[in-house]
Amino acid sequence: MPDLIEARGLVKRFRKVVALDGLDLRVPAGQVTAVLGPNGAGKTTFVRAVATLLRPDAGRLNVLGHDTARDTMAVRRLIGLAGQSAAVEPTMTGRENLVMVARLYGRSRKEARQRAADVLERIGLAASADRPVKTYSGGMRRRLDLGASLVGAPRLLVMDEPTTGLDPRSRTELWDAIRDLAASGTEVLLTTQYLDEADQLAQRVVIVEAGKVIAEGTPAELKSRVGLDRIEVHTRDAAGAATAATVLAALGAEGDGVEVDLAMRRASVPCSDGPGLLPAATAGLVAAGVEIEDLTLRRPTLDEVFMALTGHHTQSPGSEGEKGRPKRAHTEQMGPKQMEGALR
Amino acid sequence: MTTIPIATSEPRSTLNANRGAPFPVATLTITARAVKKSIRTPSIMLGGTVSGVMFLLIFRYVFGGAVAHLGGLSYVDFVAPGFIVTSVLFGAMAAGTGVAEDLQAGLVDRLRSLPVRAASIVTGRVIGDTLLTSWGLVVTSAVAFAVGFRVHGGIGPAIGALGLSVLYAFAFCWLFAALGFFAGSAQGAQQLAFLVFPLSFVSSAYVPVSTMPGWMQAFANHQPVTAMVDTARILAEGHAVATALGHGLGYYLPASLAWTAGMTVLCIPVALWRLQRS
Repeated sequence: MPDLIEARGLVKRFRKVVALDGLDLRVPAGQVTAVLGPNGAGKTTFVRAVATLLRPDAGRLNVLGHDTARDTMAVRRLIGLAGQSAAVEPTMTGRENLVMVARLYGRSRKEARQRAADVLERIGLAASADRPVKTYSGGMRRRLDLGASLVGAPRLLVMDEPTTGLDPRSRTELWDAIRDLAASGTEVLLTTQYLDEADQLAQRVVIVEAGKVIAEGTPAELKSRVGLDRIEVHTRDAAGAATAATVLAALGAEGDGVEVDLAMRRASVPCSDGPGLLPAATAGLVAAGVEIEDLTLRRPTLDEVFMALTGHHTQSPGSEGEKGRPKRAHTEQMGPKQMEGALR
Repeated sequence: MTTIPIATSEPRSTLNANRGAPFPVATLTITARAVKKSIRTPSIMLGGTVSGVMFLLIFRYVFGGAVAHLGGLSYVDFVAPGFIVTSVLFGAMAAGTGVAEDLQAGLVDRLRSLPVRAASIVTGRVIGDTLLTSWGLVVTSAVAFAVGFRVHGGIGPAIGALGLSVLYAFAFCWLFAALGFFAGSAQGAQQLAFLVFPLSFVSSAYVPVSTMPGWMQAFANHQPVTAMVDTARILAEGHAVATALGHGLGYYLPASLAWTAGMTVLCIPVALWRLQRS
């Protein structure tokens, strides 16, 4: 089975901006892969190259064994593209949109109608299938956009920031849909700015910065390079903080152990599975009679991952400006706003 | 380019049932979408037509009285072919805003990621806009007849003039589609109106070119709209008007066809080139 993605020395420049700077990457098939990075890291440029929308200036890029530059059509037959912009025709119905895309994939009229009906069922839009898309909510549009990329039954689904601008509920729904797809054998490559999204969806995370891959691995591997979750408790008095430290230590601290600050009436403990440990921590503190002012779970953020990997924050100078399509940078930034419009 | 060999094995079995729509099917599928969008968007459907009809009424009844008869033609007979042909320009502008809108909405990305020839994406759009512009032609012609326009050159040549106008529409749709790729946004594409106004007003469409200042005549006589309007005018009103226009059909018809062919041949590669880099 060929690798899902095989990139060697990919370079892409937009005028003076270097979007991809000799990017090397091998992604084996069979796992959901998230490309993580701040704005301007080159992740959009990379997925646009994977989706054959732009041609690298140098280097080779194979998708499922097909060279994107020489064998473009073969790649296009195998992929489906869904983006953050919900590229569906608002004046047409959901069904018409999907039939159109299926027809363009080369399906016969009958087959296209069948595929559209199947996909509408699958993405939960069967009941709204014959309404014009302009009457859909933002989340429904985004699901239809996902549906449009599925009518060709692609081997690989490419998604550029699929949940950007979505409300939390629509986001969770989309995550579920992506998980279902992956479970049924569709390869998924997505970009995201959010560590928790990569964590939720991907078995493999690729961190891109300044047009290069700076780290890859499972979400757990990457987070362990950054640091652990941390449960932190603020108590009413100093004695409580001391008790809390004992309770937390008894939970089985990892890493550098329990920290306690009696003056600030604060104790904290690092742990690899914060959410898992939180109930036990709460119960233990209550049982020990600690008067809790505040109890928080702090988790590593993308910014901390970047700090750990690069020594600087995500908003570093020199990584700004590039958006994959420099001339229409505003269109990407308009994502959330368009969604708001769509929700009206 | 790096020359390190990497695996390019491509077992046929990895390819799925997505053969990709052949060029004609892809083109017509995209045409159907452009037509549906326009029919279902009243502002597109009515906007151009209503303003065209309003202008026609204003020229016919407000300015018409002040303009002297020309080569034996009443003003309505003179100006109607001008309106019918320039309605093509205003209609074709929609191709420009449409392309810019599709780019902005990400629809062009979606279409380009599908296994279809890139040419079908723009060609489909242009054919759709040509059809809609042709619809505008029919409406404008009908209104022109309603306000007193009559054909004096025979019904055959008049239908020929209408057919030619569809051809002109096709060329202008390619022009505006190509320009739409440069516009950046739908709002930017609206600025294409600044191209349409001089082309339509500084031509023989509404007043005889001979009434304009000399430098303006130079422009008016050497731009596509004058050749197209006068071709249609002679076909609709008969060869007698040719004397008042400066040239006969033997001059205007080849000139208008040359402009049509030139615009199309130039704009197709430009549009495709921009599409690949969008």
